[in-house]
Amino acid sequence: MNSLYFHRARFTLPSTFLEFLQQRFVGACRSRLTLLWFVLVLALPIFAQQDWIRTGTGLGVEKVRIAVPDFKAASTVPQSPDLLKTFNDTLFSDLDNAGIFDVVSKSFYPLQTPGQPTEVNSSAWSSAPVNAAMLAFGNLGVNGNSVTVQGWLFDMKNVSQPQVLGKQYQDTASSDAVRLIAHKFADEIIYRLGGGVQGIAETKISFVSTRSGRKEVWGMDYDGNNQHQITHLGTTSLSPKISPDGSRIAFSALSKTGWDIKMYSTDLNRLVTFPHYAGTNLSPAWSPDGLKLAFSSSRSGDPDIYVVDASGTGEAKRLTMTPGPDVSPVWNPKTGAQIAFVSGRTGLPQIYSMEADGTNVQRLTDQGYAVSPAWSPNGQFLAFAWIRAYGPGEPGSSDIYLMDVVSKQWVQLTHDGGRNDFPSWSPDSRHIVFQSNRSGGLQLWTMLADGSKQTQLTNTGTNTQPNWSWK
Amino acid sequence: MKQARMKWIMVVFALGAIMTLGACKKKVAPPPPPPPPPPAAPTASLSANPNTIDKGQSSTLTWETTNATDISIDGIGAVQPSGSQQVTPTDSATYHLTAKGAGGTQEATARVTVNQPPAPPPQTSSSDQELFSQNVKDIYFDYDKYDVRPDQQAAIQADAQFLAQHSTINFTIEGHCDERGSTEYNLALGDNRANAVKNALVQAGVTVSRIKTISYGKEKPFCTQSNEQCWQQNRRGHLVYGQQ
Repeated sequence: MNSLYFHRARFTLPSTFLEFLQQRFVGACRSRLTLLWFVLVLALPIFAQQDWIRTGTGLGVEKVRIAVPDFKAASTVPQSPDLLKTFNDTLFSDLDNAGIFDVVSKSFYPLQTPGQPTEVNSSAWSSAPVNAAMLAFGNLGVNGNSVTVQGWLFDMKNVSQPQVLGKQYQDTASSDAVRLIAHKFADEIIYRLGGGVQGIAETKISFVSTRSGRKEVWGMDYDGNNQHQITHLGTTSLSPKISPDGSRIAFSALSKTGWDIKMYSTDLNRLVTFPHYAGTNLSPAWSPDGLKLAFSSSRSGDPDIYVVDASGTGEAKRLTMTPGPDVSPVWNPKTGAQIAFVSGRTGLPQIYSMEADGTNVQRLTDQGYAVSPAWSPNGQFLAFAWIRAYGPGEPGSSDIYLMDVVSKQWVQLTHDGGRNDFPSWSPDSRHIVFQSNRSGGLQLWTMLADGSKQTQLTNTGTNTQPNWSWK
Repeated sequence: MKQARMKWIMVVFALGAIMTLGACKKKVAPPPPPPPPPPAAPTASLSANPNTIDKGQSSTLTWETTNATDISIDGIGAVQPSGSQQVTPTDSATYHLTAKGAGGTQEATARVTVNQPPAPPPQTSSSDQELFSQNVKDIYFDYDKYDVRPDQQAAIQADAQFLAQHSTINFTIEGHCDERGSTEYNLALGDNRANAVKNALVQAGVTVSRIKTISYGKEKPFCTQSNEQCWQQNRRGHLVYGQQ
């Protein structure tokens, strides 16, 4: 079973366990019998709390050990070294980021690295210290304005027919094109070795950045490369959400009359028409079929969740009626049948879920300040930002948590790292991008869905509200 | 013989003249007769009571002179040696009295200051705007709350009273939040705050069509420090003149 199992008690028990031990141990020492009794009693809760959560994405199973020697130059033109370095860095980083590989450090590699299948010395790669189960290798050549990349994936355990993959790519000789080729080849490898889940190396992240002086919508590759400004409204733009087919970005922008839902076409590179509604209109969210938008609107005088056709035609349907702020809806991307959202109807904001028609409203979080739900593409989890202990005098650190929607069990993914908010899932459900001020200002970070490999993606300006593309 | 006689006469005359002239130095002139006593110099005083008036009011000038025969006040003309007269200057004026007499001329002045009424404003709307910003109070909220708390009711009532007296003023209520918490939730909360102030003002008699609401969440803080004093400044319904 390609599943990650992790355990609520792993995060919550150690501190209480230790405290309990410290308090009781002195007294318990008086007699060996008492000590034994306490050890038995203390052991019980550990086994009683086996409330497992699994991501179902192959995260956390034994990782495939893969060696990725630098591709060789197949030409000697001046731009080759730069393009080759870009390619090699990107491929290595993609496979390292994937979360399903144990990528062997390059310092362990043999001196002779292959650029062709005929140059592979199987025993050198499959034995210590490399011990690679898989070997990805190839070459890159520049000819005039075009670049050609040949890449192979070899199974080192299969001596007779080692080739798993052999690909050739051709494109214009630019660093952007070379990065894209590396992403494509990485995704091929990840798809084959990662249980048939599509890789994410070609995915995009939209976000909000202040780099132009105003909050505008920006976009970048999933690994933080190619950061570019998308909107130029000169006002305040927030909450960008990429449509399932990637052709549009819905967001919310401040105009003279208030907050409006705006629609940007990434095909036309301009805003397209979307109706203006009265009141404050916030936090759009796409249905997985791309046909509907859920959003928060205060046209009635109270912020509620509405659903409207993504084309903007037809009447918006009101889903929530309870007084208090309702905001930040997100559809179950697997089924399209449920919507999670944030409501302050009982005071501090909590995460709720309901059917897509507004019925069967259920509260999912039990305390604190819980906002910014993000539903995992496989439908199992909500990632969200939670200040468990919220209130005057509390430290108020906001962390990213994961909740299993069915069991309502949760785990904490970030710890003591400043204010973390606005998680968004990668399409493979293995990664989460989020904003954090742990390095000073607000920047975007990624991590694996088990909380490991937390990596900063942005450095310039203030960057917030990331949204990962659907594919 | 005749010539010798003439010569003799001339010598006598010359001697006589020399003697006469020489005696003049030694003689003391007699004191002149005392002059008649000079005429007494005139005196004059002039006062205004009150010396500060509002425009349209009058003031009384009172003067007294002595030893003057010709007395005049600029702007009034010849007057009696002493007397009083009401004046109603439109602008501040200095009254100048001249008293001439055989003994000379004496002058006296008195100033009447006229307070001008405040100049009418060039446009009524900017005055409304000034009055609005001077008189209308913002409404402050508790942490993560959007109900108008009891200690803010007085401000609501005062605002409603001002708005009733200036019934042509349209205005905007901005909902603001402190920096804690999440961007999207704070924008929704700010909307609730703006509408809470709007509803309270409508209940207090303000016509709903005069009110526009907008939420700024934590996007436009009044204060950017991370402490409770600053956060309270940012948790408010901010009333702004006009509807942009």
